[in-house]
Amino acid sequence: MISCDKASEICNKSQYKEAGFWDIWKLRFHILFCKHCSSHTKKNTYLTALCEKANLHTLSAKEKEAIKQRIKEQANS
Amino acid sequence: MPTNVLHPDTWVDKYADYLFNYAVSRVNNAELAKDLVQETFFAGLKSAPNFKGDAAERTWLIAILKRKVIDHYRKINSKKGKAEVKIDFAADSEEGDWLEKRVADNQDRDGEAFLENEELGDAIYGCIEKLPTKQAQVFKMKTIQGMDTEDICNELGINPSNLWVMIHRARTALMGCLNDNWF
Repeated sequence: MISCDKASEICNKSQYKEAGFWDIWKLRFHILFCKHCSSHTKKNTYLTALCEKANLHTLSAKEKEAIKQRIKEQANS
Repeated sequence: MPTNVLHPDTWVDKYADYLFNYAVSRVNNAELAKDLVQETFFAGLKSAPNFKGDAAERTWLIAILKRKVIDHYRKINSKKGKAEVKIDFAADSEEGDWLEKRVADNQDRDGEAFLENEELGDAIYGCIEKLPTKQAQVFKMKTIQGMDTEDICNELGINPSNLWVMIHRARTALMGCLNDNWF
């Protein structure tokens, strides 16, 4: 059986669809017997659902740089 | 005694994403939201000498942004005709000829759900801000921007193991924070 650390790593990767098929099986098997990881996996999956529901937005590094530049210009003018 | 001090040099790195998310969810237009965030920073710089230090920096900037959003809606509503709600009762071949059928449906929770999502977004961003800078950056790139692991590693000069450790720490901290502030 995989360790809790490994289970947590697979769980995180699976939130971004980057976990392999067998890894997901290993995780499922692990959480059958590990209450702590089972609870962590539930919460982690719920966090993903919340982030999707909230439809979060962010500025790219380029956009931030452009704003910084404009602020600098404004401060100097 | 006022304890808060402004640090305009760090505004963009610390608050731009939070303010942008706040603005997008209220005006529903990314370009416009970006302009409003920029105007908020300009207005903040202009009125920085009047900052009394009673409110936290972010609270103060959000208050300015709120005014900007309200001003935006005032401006578009003041343009003649745009604020009018036109209901043509006569020319109707569709269903719902009776006025009662046009009244808001109590069962329709779309509006309420929308408000809840706005608040949820604010709560998540509030928690992201409490993360260490690098963790927050990696989390945002991976979760919000949906970037590939390889691209993030190349951009930040880290290896995939570092990335997953940071993601793990960020997600664990966020779960704890949301548990305290949202549920």
